[in-house]
Amino acid sequence: MSRLRNYLDKVKPRFEPGGKYQALQSVFDGLETFLYTPRTTSGRRYTTHIHDSIDSKRTMTIVILALMPCFVFGMYNIGYQHWLAAGVEGPYPFFSLLLYGFLTVLPRLAVAYITGLGIEFIVAQKRHEEIQEGFLVTGILIPMICPPEIPLWMLAAATAFAIIFAKEVFGGTGYNIFNVALVTRAFLFFAYPAHMSGDKVFVAAGQPFGFGPAVADGFTCATPLGQLSQGITNITGTGGHAISAADAFIGLMPGCMGETSTLLIIIGGILLTAAGIASWRVMLSVFVGALAAGFVANAFPSPAYPLAAVAPWEQLLYGGLAFAAVFMATDPVTSARTAKGKYIYGFLTGAIAVIIRTYNNGYPEGAMLAVLLMNCFAPLIDWCVVEANVRRRMARMVRSQK
Amino acid sequence: MAEKTSFRNVLFNPFSKNNPVIVQILGICSVLAVTAKLEPAIVMGLSVIAVLAFSNVIISLIRNTIPVNIRIIVQLVVVAGLVVIVSQLLQAYAYDVSKQLSVFIGLIITNCILMGRLEAFAMANGPWPSFLDGIGNGVGYALILVTVGFFRELLGSGTLLGFRIVPQWLYDAGYANNGLMILPPMALIVVACIIWVHRTQNKDLQEK
Repeated sequence: MSRLRNYLDKVKPRFEPGGKYQALQSVFDGLETFLYTPRTTSGRRYTTHIHDSIDSKRTMTIVILALMPCFVFGMYNIGYQHWLAAGVEGPYPFFSLLLYGFLTVLPRLAVAYITGLGIEFIVAQKRHEEIQEGFLVTGILIPMICPPEIPLWMLAAATAFAIIFAKEVFGGTGYNIFNVALVTRAFLFFAYPAHMSGDKVFVAAGQPFGFGPAVADGFTCATPLGQLSQGITNITGTGGHAISAADAFIGLMPGCMGETSTLLIIIGGILLTAAGIASWRVMLSVFVGALAAGFVANAFPSPAYPLAAVAPWEQLLYGGLAFAAVFMATDPVTSARTAKGKYIYGFLTGAIAVIIRTYNNGYPEGAMLAVLLMNCFAPLIDWCVVEANVRRRMARMVRSQK
Repeated sequence: MAEKTSFRNVLFNPFSKNNPVIVQILGICSVLAVTAKLEPAIVMGLSVIAVLAFSNVIISLIRNTIPVNIRIIVQLVVVAGLVVIVSQLLQAYAYDVSKQLSVFIGLIITNCILMGRLEAFAMANGPWPSFLDGIGNGVGYALILVTVGFFRELLGSGTLLGFRIVPQWLYDAGYANNGLMILPPMALIVVACIIWVHRTQNKDLQEK
């Protein structure tokens, strides 16, 4: 390890201003601080910062760790659904399933990272800034919230759009109003609806690098949420077998890679909360909001809106709601900052997600739109909370002076 | 000689340096509404050029006799009259396009560019410079409209003026039209991109 450190120290002067490769300074700096904790801190004479070993690179690393259970399970599930679709009889080879999922996801992951980081590098160079690490998490989230076989060029176009128009024009990491990964998904959803919804896209049917059994052409299987919104009450999985609520909780059903397993999402959420990265207030209130809206919808069922008949707690198991609650709504940049504001923000996110998916049969996935919508309102919620606080304390002060 | 250069400025400034859409940010609503396809964008641009040029000339001719208190009403009557003529002509000779443009030809009356030019220019200048100003601003508006329409139709439908541009083998290879381009929000983003490019080339327009 020290050899690497020595090498970095040796080449460092070449990247400083006046050096040979000064144009690439932000790249070097990004790499160095990624590998080693920077030695420089904001000194005693500047401010009264509380010093902590957690900088945003470590924060991002923990988020990635929390995503890992969903990610690995997602790869397995992609393989599992593919084997089911191919009609192969069990028992299934565990590692082949995992490898199939890995080979399916790998190009998507690579495209998301290369596009996103490429743009970030160029912008950082132009602005003479350090490379921010926000994309580390965004890049892994993007393939996790898209259907497994989304075409690579679409993914690249959507990632570029989201990075430029949702992030860089607002000033880069930490200044974006909207969650960048969700903007990517929203772009894909509205630009290429045929590849983002329906019953053809949520089971991987291809053979990446020639691996895996062949699936018949024109294979279709709707996601459980899609079936429920069509009014099908006894939902079936890829092989035609029934899917129980327990199956949905564990996550062996067709869907976007990261979103299917509520169990592992909750484990990731516990990890994030324990590390103090994401707010349990947001997660909890999203679930409460979704349940509340679910109860209201369930109290007034209507044949025109089949999802209203679903038990409120079952709403939490299907679609992207749980994933959005734990990994999307809690994004510290785009969510509300005040403690009370987080409750309001989370509650409304959950409620709107269920309202959209229930009462708009065209958009069974309301969680994405709900989070993006509430991203807009997060600053307003914070402002109201702060103003209310100011007013309450003013009133108290006036009373005490009487 | 001095007068000649100022005529040139009156005509050509609105093309770029003082463009009504991307510098003054006027008339955005119709840019969003009529640019999903190129053909209505071109027709809309031509209509605005015609209405703007002739209403400028008419108002300029009668500018000294209009009572100040009711000048806005007089301007509106002139514009409305011209818009009705354009609308009737379109319905007579280009019925399909006029159906696509629906209310937006009528809404030229409320286009801020027209009121702006009449108030700011035609009320204070003679007919000939007013005519040039009308043509200049109309073309400045139409340029943006056509540019936005070009990109939105090309990327959103794969066609230009109804002719297929994106070849079939590209679709077979997995290309798909971008449905978002057809939706109004994308017109805003395309206009924003044009403004972005324009401001990078004209540093004096950048706000500090």
